[in-house]
Amino acid sequence: MISLSDISPRSGAWITPQIVVFTVMLLTAPFWLSAVGLYQYLGIEVAIWMIYALGFNLLFGYAGLHSFGHGAYIGVGAYAFGLFQHHVAVSLWGGLLAAIVAAGIAGLLVGALVSHRRGVYFALLTIAWGQVFWFSAIKLHGITGGEDGLLNIPRPPLDLGFARIDLNDNEALYYFAAGALLLTVILLWRIAHAPFGRILQAVRQSETRAAFVGYEVWHFKWAAFVASALLAGLAGGLFAMAQQSAYPDIMSLHQSGLIVMMVLIGGGLVSFWGPVLGVILYFVARDVLGIMTETWLLWYGLMFVVMVMFRPEGIAGALHLVRKRFSSRDGAASSARVEPI
Amino acid sequence: MALFEVRHIHKRFGAQVVLEDISLDFEDGQVSGIMGPNGAGKTTCFHVLTGFYKPDRGTIRFDGTDITGQSPQSLARKGISRSFQMMTLFDQSAVIENVMVALPEFRARQKHLVSAVFSDRTLVDAAREILDQVGLLGREWEPSASLPYGDRRALEIGVALAARPRILFLDEPTSGLGSEATRNLAALIAGLRERYTIVMIEHDMQFLFDLADEISVVHWGQVIARGAPAALRQNKWVERSALGELA
Repeated sequence: MISLSDISPRSGAWITPQIVVFTVMLLTAPFWLSAVGLYQYLGIEVAIWMIYALGFNLLFGYAGLHSFGHGAYIGVGAYAFGLFQHHVAVSLWGGLLAAIVAAGIAGLLVGALVSHRRGVYFALLTIAWGQVFWFSAIKLHGITGGEDGLLNIPRPPLDLGFARIDLNDNEALYYFAAGALLLTVILLWRIAHAPFGRILQAVRQSETRAAFVGYEVWHFKWAAFVASALLAGLAGGLFAMAQQSAYPDIMSLHQSGLIVMMVLIGGGLVSFWGPVLGVILYFVARDVLGIMTETWLLWYGLMFVVMVMFRPEGIAGALHLVRKRFSSRDGAASSARVEPI
Repeated sequence: MALFEVRHIHKRFGAQVVLEDISLDFEDGQVSGIMGPNGAGKTTCFHVLTGFYKPDRGTIRFDGTDITGQSPQSLARKGISRSFQMMTLFDQSAVIENVMVALPEFRARQKHLVSAVFSDRTLVDAAREILDQVGLLGREWEPSASLPYGDRRALEIGVALAARPRILFLDEPTSGLGSEATRNLAALIAGLRERYTIVMIEHDMQFLFDLADEISVVHWGQVIARGAPAALRQNKWVERSALGELA
């Protein structure tokens, strides 16, 4: 079994070849999405879920904290964005700030209560809290719109001072979401290689050793929880813009399980890029496999089972092993060393 | 005044009394040993001294300050470091990262979110210096899980040293080691004794008697004898304890 810590400990660069390739893919997506039979809105969805998945993996993969109720925070973000537009002002930055802050506060409170726990107790508490948020969203009808959710959430324009861009156009919204995604990637890449990120990985490997070299372990677990909730809030705000609505389903246990599946299948446990691969695979399965059969989710679920049984490191882990095999065939004694993917 | 003073420590788990009125002194610059048969309470004693368990009664003073009941992280920051009988490393990390994370310089940067760890020469050089002390220089980038058992023991001591301790607690450092690895470890600890105050729990009597300046014998959760190795060799209680005759 390889781990996140096997991968790229030495790279401290702000921009890496992977980030460059990813940026090019993102910027050119509107030109090739339709050429491969897909559609513009899919790009928006993928970008939003990538932000959500990358943030979630800071908690799940890096800190080793298995949250199964993370849908709560993307939901809180979505509702906060919608409520801000409906009751405060139609403002892009105000709405996104509200989404991030609301999800962050939710993460701060729940994280304070669950971060002292580990293993199955932590996981169960996250499920319980996820259900609390989901149930509240359904029952607080006067605020959340109940089961129907908040409807007709506007897409405020992007005001740059010198130009005003209408985000009702899907291509414009895609580029905005892609920009947010790129900033997320760079931020998380830095965190992963900074002392804070390395300590998170140390905590994942041995809370005892981390404590005995002087770290307040639960502070780090709490901080990872809040950071991932903040990014889920950003994703939630963008989700509310994209869907022009916010509804309880996004907070459901099913949706919370989905992000876990995406991250695991992609290889979030072993690679920074695992969540990105996992999100792509899910949406390809939904939109390509979904055209072929209504039972696509069954096949996706089976793929998850097979992956966990035979390749728990996910797609990124499989790619890493292939690369290792090729490099050792070339005579490099890399297999016994820690190498970047 | 000793660097580390333990007075009248009691610890029980339910009805089981594990430590009863333990008092110990560890002098600055010395290697002190704790020995005793299985189940004597040695490891529980270590756990209490290093903050893993809180004592039910008694006081622990370090460099004149009362540290009774403080958390392991708080004690680590005060200069108390330890290894474990069951090795506790960051197994999926590179050797150098295990050491680096334990450095006080790294701890001072714990809230840094953007500065890349491995681009920081200060940290890398400090970690290499520690690895040099424990004989692992040149193997920095190997995953720690792939090291031979003896080297992993050395790495665990390296991690404990990286925290820049004033006192180092080693719990059964030779546990699981072959004779050659034990000799290497003895040489390593002998090299460290000039710079650190060391306290060791050890089953290997020869190892302990060769290295320690003073040894305390723990049995039935109590200190039954204390003295220099030469004096303890003559003590019939120590001999019977070591042979398991006092069970």
